[in-house]
Amino acid sequence: MHRTAEFLRAGQGALSRFHADPRHWQLVALSGLLSLSWLGSDFGSSPQILAAALCGALGVEALGAWWRRRTGRRPKPLQWKSALITAFGVSLLLRADALWIWSAAAAFAIAAKLLLRWNGKQLFNPACSGILAALWVSGGQAWVSAGQWGQTSLVAGYALGMAALTLSSARRLDIALGFLGSFAALAVTRALWLGDPLAIAWHQLSSGSLLIFAFFMVTDPRSTPDSRRGRLLFAAAVAVLASALHWGPNVQAAPLVALAAVGLLTPLLDQHLPGRRFRWTAAERRPLIPHSLEVR
Amino acid sequence: MMNTICQTHSNPSLRATGWLLLLSLSAGLIPAPAQAFCGFYVSQADTSLFNDVSKVALVRDGDRTVVTMAADYRGDVSEFSMVIPVVDVPLREQINVANPALLEHLDRYTAPRLVEYYDPDPCQDPRLERIRVTGSRIKRADIESASPVFAVDDRVTIEAEYEVGEYDILILSAEQSDGLISWLTDNGYRIPAGAEEVVGAYLKRGMKFFVARVALDRHTGSSVLRPLQIAYEDENFMLPIRLGTVNAEGQQELFVFALTRQGRVETRNYRTRKLPSDLDVPIYIKDEFGDFYRDLFTEQVAQSDGRSVFLEYAWDMAWCDPCAAEPLSRGELRSLGVMWLDDGHNWSPSQRRSRQGVDVFVTRLHLRYDGESFPEDLDFQVTGDRRNFQGRYVLRHAWRGDFGQCEAAGQYAESLVSRWDQEAQTLAKLTGREVEKIKRRMAAEGMSAEALNGWKQQPKKSWWQRLWGNG
Repeated sequence: MHRTAEFLRAGQGALSRFHADPRHWQLVALSGLLSLSWLGSDFGSSPQILAAALCGALGVEALGAWWRRRTGRRPKPLQWKSALITAFGVSLLLRADALWIWSAAAAFAIAAKLLLRWNGKQLFNPACSGILAALWVSGGQAWVSAGQWGQTSLVAGYALGMAALTLSSARRLDIALGFLGSFAALAVTRALWLGDPLAIAWHQLSSGSLLIFAFFMVTDPRSTPDSRRGRLLFAAAVAVLASALHWGPNVQAAPLVALAAVGLLTPLLDQHLPGRRFRWTAAERRPLIPHSLEVR
Repeated sequence: MMNTICQTHSNPSLRATGWLLLLSLSAGLIPAPAQAFCGFYVSQADTSLFNDVSKVALVRDGDRTVVTMAADYRGDVSEFSMVIPVVDVPLREQINVANPALLEHLDRYTAPRLVEYYDPDPCQDPRLERIRVTGSRIKRADIESASPVFAVDDRVTIEAEYEVGEYDILILSAEQSDGLISWLTDNGYRIPAGAEEVVGAYLKRGMKFFVARVALDRHTGSSVLRPLQIAYEDENFMLPIRLGTVNAEGQQELFVFALTRQGRVETRNYRTRKLPSDLDVPIYIKDEFGDFYRDLFTEQVAQSDGRSVFLEYAWDMAWCDPCAAEPLSRGELRSLGVMWLDDGHNWSPSQRRSRQGVDVFVTRLHLRYDGESFPEDLDFQVTGDRRNFQGRYVLRHAWRGDFGQCEAAGQYAESLVSRWDQEAQTLAKLTGREVEKIKRRMAAEGMSAEALNGWKQQPKKSWWQRLWGNG
């Protein structure tokens, strides 16, 4: 009896430790999506792709950690969870015709995260910047397959359920819903203006790729504004720009381009609408040093 | 007609094939060996497999597009008409008529195919295998009809008026969809009821309407109308399908043949899936390949809730293996609108080595659609994927002889029985047909344990009997 109670307490402790870092849930959800992409899509991801992306992301992350130690800056352990999430995101969304492209994209993503910073905060969502760099540099060898998830309710339900779980502890459901709400308003307005049936707007909104973007990319707490009002403005701006780029010049990967472009506004939004800076874990949240001195 | 085709050159996209193999092995699915072989082109399957079929070739490079639409109308040519939304007012030189044989050739070249292998005598060890290839062709489009009188009216603006081949072509714009529709109706174009909303949506997006019908005085009297071609530049790489879904007279069939420099084409707003391929099917499918392909496609559509676009072929146009038809010549490709053939020769070494040296990648997409399952127009993108794919089904002819003459023959007979069982299961899964009916049909054609001369099926041994051999 005593042992059972001890066992239960240990399990509870492990679960609460697991739940304390929202990245754990995010990794579980992304693993599920990767498996779906690998097994359920004819042009989806694969373990080789994930391995290539992991090599790139973890390699650069380790290089960054080594450089920080060597230069005697603030010692910080290897951010392997973030690197994993970035590698998962790149494997999930980027399609290419050679393995090195996934490695390069993930490596660029982590390099951009470490180097392109403003006021101690990264400017771009890492996976987003890595994918865009691959699209622009590879000369047509890389692309984003927006149709790969189709309109299946299975994926939608999965993404919604897991994302809600992930984001509840990261408190970033606001930005996902802000983005989807704005995007839905624009799609419905466009349909009404054109005289299209609402089935068309619904078809656009039930795209699996859109849901994955909304729940797993635009919600990144480290590259989005700190305050809720700032985040809602940010989400609406991404939705407006993504729609404009898609319906206007028909830009490939319009939501990703919009996210990167609006990312440049984050420092401005943080300045005018300040909020508490996000930290992944309670230990990280403890203010060891003031933000202004933080150098990573 | 029997035409021998012998190919012995190596795969020009070795890297892509290696990659494919790597992926396939990891997924536990080993594709049929990508070996070069000699084949016999035997015949084509029935061309009238599907009803309400349209065929469209799309050539795309950057913003440049050439669309070829098979106006394959079999009724009275005086009643033929075609109404297509276009992004801009094309000049006369941007419109052309093509030889109908072009799309037919493209269709034959990309059609799902059947290959035959002959099992060797198990008591000897010959490696010789013979393969036969059968192509399939698809029935053509049914197009809305009208009577041939033009009128000018303030409801529409006639942006341009051309005579191209046997066609009279008008490019129309309008402020209001009802004005355009009433003008078209008054002028004998049969527009389905409920088209106002769709026409209005195209007009609001600044699109014009390309309307064509046959000028009887310039028509040669041939029952075949030549395909119309339009060359244009636009960021959007799309195919308007919504007008065709308005009348809602059941589902329609569309084949898209996309030719690009870069690689495979896929839809961005619908899921693209591969047609199941490289599977062994019972021998009797040879006599009903058309029915098999039609049932297979219907089953796959049903399994994907009717919302997927199917990839049936994706290949470097410089070669094929096996060839359901010869690759298109440079002249044919140019006629289809491949505009980069003379742009310079930035070919990869493998392309330079290939037989024709054409830098063209062909994708064949097939979809069955109606307004409900495909509410939006098709939005395409060119990908960098140059991995080859073909719809390919395999017939394996069994060796027939005395199965008791050597031990290997007995083992072969045993493998044959389980192979036939597997073929029946595969066919049932692919087409939704009943597995028991398939097995009965196979047995009637000698594909059962009872028909194996000189061999008696042993009761299946338990695993420990097989392990120690003491059963």
